[in-house]
Amino acid sequence: MGKTLFEKVWDEHVVDTIDKGPSILYIDKHLIHEVTSPQAFNGLNNRKIKVFRPEKTVATADHNVPTLNQHLPIKEELSRNQVDTLTKNCREHNINLYGLGHKYQGIVHVIGPELGITQPGMTIVCGDSHTSTHGAFGSIAFGIGTSEVEMVLSTQCLLQYKPKTMLIEIEGDLREGVYSKDIILYIISKISASGGTGYFAEYAGSAITSLSMESRMTICNMSIEMGARGGIIAPDKKTFEYLKNKEFSPKGNDFYKAIDKWKNLKTDVNAKYDKVIKFNAEEIEPMITYGTNPGMGIKINETIPSSAINNSDESFKKSLEYMGLNSGEKLLNKKIDYVFIGSCTNSRIEDLRVAANIIKGKKIAENVNAWVIPGSKSVEKIAIKEGLSKIFDEAGFEFRQPGCSACLAMNEDKIPTSKYCVSTSNRNFEGRQGPGSRTFLASPVTAAISALNGYVSDIRKDN
Amino acid sequence: MEKFKKLSSKLTPLNIENVDTDQIIPARFLKAVTREGFGDNLFRDWRYDNHDNSIDDFILNKIDFNSQILLAGRNFGCGSSREHAAWSIYDYGFRVVVSSFFADIFKNNALNNGLLVVQIRQNILDEIFNKLIKYPSLTFNVDLNDQKFYSDDGVFEEKFEINEYNKTCLLNGFDNIDYLLNIKEKIVKYEEEK
Repeated sequence: MGKTLFEKVWDEHVVDTIDKGPSILYIDKHLIHEVTSPQAFNGLNNRKIKVFRPEKTVATADHNVPTLNQHLPIKEELSRNQVDTLTKNCREHNINLYGLGHKYQGIVHVIGPELGITQPGMTIVCGDSHTSTHGAFGSIAFGIGTSEVEMVLSTQCLLQYKPKTMLIEIEGDLREGVYSKDIILYIISKISASGGTGYFAEYAGSAITSLSMESRMTICNMSIEMGARGGIIAPDKKTFEYLKNKEFSPKGNDFYKAIDKWKNLKTDVNAKYDKVIKFNAEEIEPMITYGTNPGMGIKINETIPSSAINNSDESFKKSLEYMGLNSGEKLLNKKIDYVFIGSCTNSRIEDLRVAANIIKGKKIAENVNAWVIPGSKSVEKIAIKEGLSKIFDEAGFEFRQPGCSACLAMNEDKIPTSKYCVSTSNRNFEGRQGPGSRTFLASPVTAAISALNGYVSDIRKDN
Repeated sequence: MEKFKKLSSKLTPLNIENVDTDQIIPARFLKAVTREGFGDNLFRDWRYDNHDNSIDDFILNKIDFNSQILLAGRNFGCGSSREHAAWSIYDYGFRVVVSSFFADIFKNNALNNGLLVVQIRQNILDEIFNKLIKYPSLTFNVDLNDQKFYSDDGVFEEKFEINEYNKTCLLNGFDNIDYLLNIKEKIVKYEEEK
């Protein structure tokens, strides 16, 4: 029997398998950041051991950094200590660090691909659940806990059970106004926030292959929001074109040799998945979430339902109470207070371009505070060069500096209690964007048009 | 890691589904660089209001007994990979989380810290939640060796699954990192053959 793409990459990386136990999986690239790594380094120091393969780990500061005045020392003491601890650990263990002020600094899942650190066929891990993003390049990429960060630092390996495989196939042409964020929110609304648990998902079909690399990353990024450990997409010409001349991509003849290898990274025709789910691209419309888990999503012009798959009536009710919403109500035209364009889901240059295109020459509504947080220094630089930052500034957006920002509200970028935010991030959990905050997840296009109008808006009608 | 011993305890019922790790420990409390002390902020925004006053309704503020077993709704631990979630539950004093379904990363993180996750059938979970409304002091037992979760009154007795490897690690307090460090030669050999 043939193998799926996932199985091919997995099998390549199995060092050994414990009898009646997990496999020992070799990790090609390990990304670390300031929040989930300090305790792992403490573990190494307690054992008096050094990082085993320091050249295979790359560090950046993103989760806990301010998005204003990054040239100044971090004001908040605990945050500063965490970032300083990362710097110290990287120095002591010879790890490349792209910290604040470095031209490569940015959200870990934005810089990996844009620097060519992420490559097809690799195993990539990071102490962050959105590591699934890197699967867009045909790599096995997933989030890990801090004990596992310690395992990778000390042995470049992890003990892992092989997940089941799932194919999500989407055929057909996408309708106008539908972006990759809508595709993934649609999938999660159909299978729920736990429908992918225990699985590793492969995305395929013409609606997926038609997408740019940035858009594919958005889809793989949110695989974890349906519970899947990761998502993977077979690399193709677009993947190779994207990786050409990136800082850490193979160069010259080595690049073409790599492509010859990468071309084989696809599922065999006779391979079997544990589960197959098919969607028609034409069913998908611009999406928005109304609840407190990413499975609670609707088409933007629909009314809020009275139940959701895999949510009990009690949980559903609690969720709507938190959101201050009712079943049967429409989100369309709902007044909003904040707009956040950013996060590892939607802060790449393509996201900023589509948003800027909508707001160009216009002003955001008076009732709205709107932030754009570029995903990396490189995205920031291109946005300034292309005049996008000026468009955002003139429209009344705050164009800030790179970091995770209000996606998880670890720094001072918080949505206040009971305020509504249309957000391009990945989680609408209670308090995720700040205690008491209320999040509507949507695409950068929906976020931009809603910022102009001051209420939840449909790009197909309100532009 | 501490050895996991057979235990008897009353349950702390948290009848909420899809409890994500942001609820278990909000991001603003992840700024520490050590593993200790996270229990103080376990379920922070459900336990305390915006002015740090206890919310009397919340289960951790309601029960007046010690409990080592957290009983939680379906899809516990979804969302962020933060191991701080497992640390905060353990640090608070829990040694077992019982639910009908766990998120993958949380499960790994829990086991790596000696926190046992016990998965039982949904209908049994519902029955136990119901029973606790009337009998909140009912004691349950967790026997990892026999893979059994059962009540003192003899009504509930559930077998649970755990991989042999993880079971051995928990019972003996073995550590995955020790295991991996011991097979470094194999890892180097793998690298050379690549």
